[in-house]
Amino acid sequence: MLRERAIEAVLFLAALVSVFTTIGIVYILIKESVVFFAQVPIVSFLTDTQWTPLFDDAHFGIAVLLSGTLTSSLVALAVAIPLGTVIAIYLSEFAPFELREIAKPFLELLGGVPTIVYGYFALLFVTPLLQHIYPELPGFNLLSAGIVMGIMIIPYVSSISEDAMRAVPMSLREGSYAMGATRLQTALRVVVPAAFSGLASAYILGISRAVGETMIVAVAAGMQPNLTFNPLEPAATITAYIVQVALGDLPHGSIGFQTIFAAGLTLMLFTLVCNILGHLLRRHFRESY
Amino acid sequence: MNPTDLRQPRDLAPIRALIASRKRYDAVFALVGLLALMVGVLTFVALFADMAIKGLPRLDWDFFTSFPSRRAAQAGILSAWVGSTLVMLVTAFFAVPLGVAAGVYLEEYARKNWITDLIEINITNLAGVPSIVYGLLALGLFVYQFGFGQSILSAGLTLALLILPVVIVATREAIRSIPQVIREGSYALGATRWQTVRYHILPYSSAGILTGIIIGMARAIGETAPIITIGALTFIAFVPPSPVQAQPPFISLEWLFSPFTVMPIQMFNWTSRPEAAFQVNAAAAGFVLVIMTLAMNGVAIWLRYRLRRNIKW
Repeated sequence: MLRERAIEAVLFLAALVSVFTTIGIVYILIKESVVFFAQVPIVSFLTDTQWTPLFDDAHFGIAVLLSGTLTSSLVALAVAIPLGTVIAIYLSEFAPFELREIAKPFLELLGGVPTIVYGYFALLFVTPLLQHIYPELPGFNLLSAGIVMGIMIIPYVSSISEDAMRAVPMSLREGSYAMGATRLQTALRVVVPAAFSGLASAYILGISRAVGETMIVAVAAGMQPNLTFNPLEPAATITAYIVQVALGDLPHGSIGFQTIFAAGLTLMLFTLVCNILGHLLRRHFRESY
Repeated sequence: MNPTDLRQPRDLAPIRALIASRKRYDAVFALVGLLALMVGVLTFVALFADMAIKGLPRLDWDFFTSFPSRRAAQAGILSAWVGSTLVMLVTAFFAVPLGVAAGVYLEEYARKNWITDLIEINITNLAGVPSIVYGLLALGLFVYQFGFGQSILSAGLTLALLILPVVIVATREAIRSIPQVIREGSYALGATRWQTVRYHILPYSSAGILTGIIIGMARAIGETAPIITIGALTFIAFVPPSPVQAQPPFISLEWLFSPFTVMPIQMFNWTSRPEAAFQVNAAAAGFVLVIMTLAMNGVAIWLRYRLRRNIKW
């Protein structure tokens, strides 16, 4: 009996590791950010319009990095949400069984490609391609990073959306068909509204993915802080800035180095809110039927 | 409505036209859906073909047995693939036992209380934390607090934490698919809880757990951001000390604390150089990386497919 107890205790400790990971993340981010905010008032962190932490005249306006993050994420969502939703509706309501069996693993493979490879693809394939259409496009830009990021997120959005639509009971569809509705009418007016909370959760989790994505923007969007909402310009995102500092040789403890923890805390808080919201919505659609 | 309407033959033409036009929308949407899928397929083909065309000519034996170099034509990925292999060893060493144990606990042992809820919510949230945040955790905790430095150990631990939710979720799903009668049969014969887990639950769920482990490892091998964040150097022209040695005690753990580079970092380094010759190297390294992750994911998908077909409870 003692052995049984001991085994249970060991297994319990293994399960607790995840809790300690979260505590560790929060502890490190807050501890290091406190050092940063001791020197930079939080008001100027939120309202300054320049981000020049490495200059003598240092400014720490997170808005500059946020603008890059938001712009690239918006481009990504403009790609991923329509395509992901259409694919999900198609696979759930239209596609023959065989096609679905091939398409789903394929989409999964697309989501398994390392992000650095997507970064390479954005910089050296998509950007030159876009420059054919729009020659003034600079070599680093948020547009191609955002497009590739969107394609990367498609499998994520489509698989959660499809799960949500397949959770809608058959009887609702049958009712709709019995009233003479076609497949598309049933899909758009019955299935999509019924699965709406699931779709919303897919979108929100997609947003959180886009905001946290690092390598594609670090490679293809340049690392120049730039307060802009124009996707045709180069700009740094929060994640790209962290990479840039990590690649440099700033000493640990210097204010320039501490900035990455403040930037990381901002990122963490944003994705945390998205994830919680997404999972609440997801739980909602799971419970409603 | 007037009941006589129903008995009189009505003009069906407009209704038929309406239905026909609605059906046309159906066909149009089916086409749009296929096109949307094609965007994914085409991107993948373009990505793969681009790297294959540029990179394949560079892929010879020397590419795998040379260190990175200032001269693009002589550079290779020796230190990168050795580093990736060693980091993966550390990652698997920590993530597999921890993840499986946590999964078993949550499915077979956990009581329905607030601690269990807390752990479950935690795991879902951790799965959504951006990988670069794990890098910051590792930088603050492993590199500075624990003093592991920018070593293989730090990187392996970081990636282990990163894929832990993947392994846990896969373990739980595999265990959940085992019917309750198996457990009841085991208990009826007098087995304890651990005996049931050890001789029934784990063997029957092993294929599903393996699928999760492979997918997690495929993700870890391609991760770049957290490893850059812990400050891994990008120019490493040596291999870490060998784990096996000629003199007693024959096994050395020195490699755990060695500086290193990994495949995705090597690729990032080459991608960000302006010279075209290095970008060819990046294509070649990327090709190797994609083949590796695709192969791992492919094996996992195939395993799951076989599993679904062979289940006969």
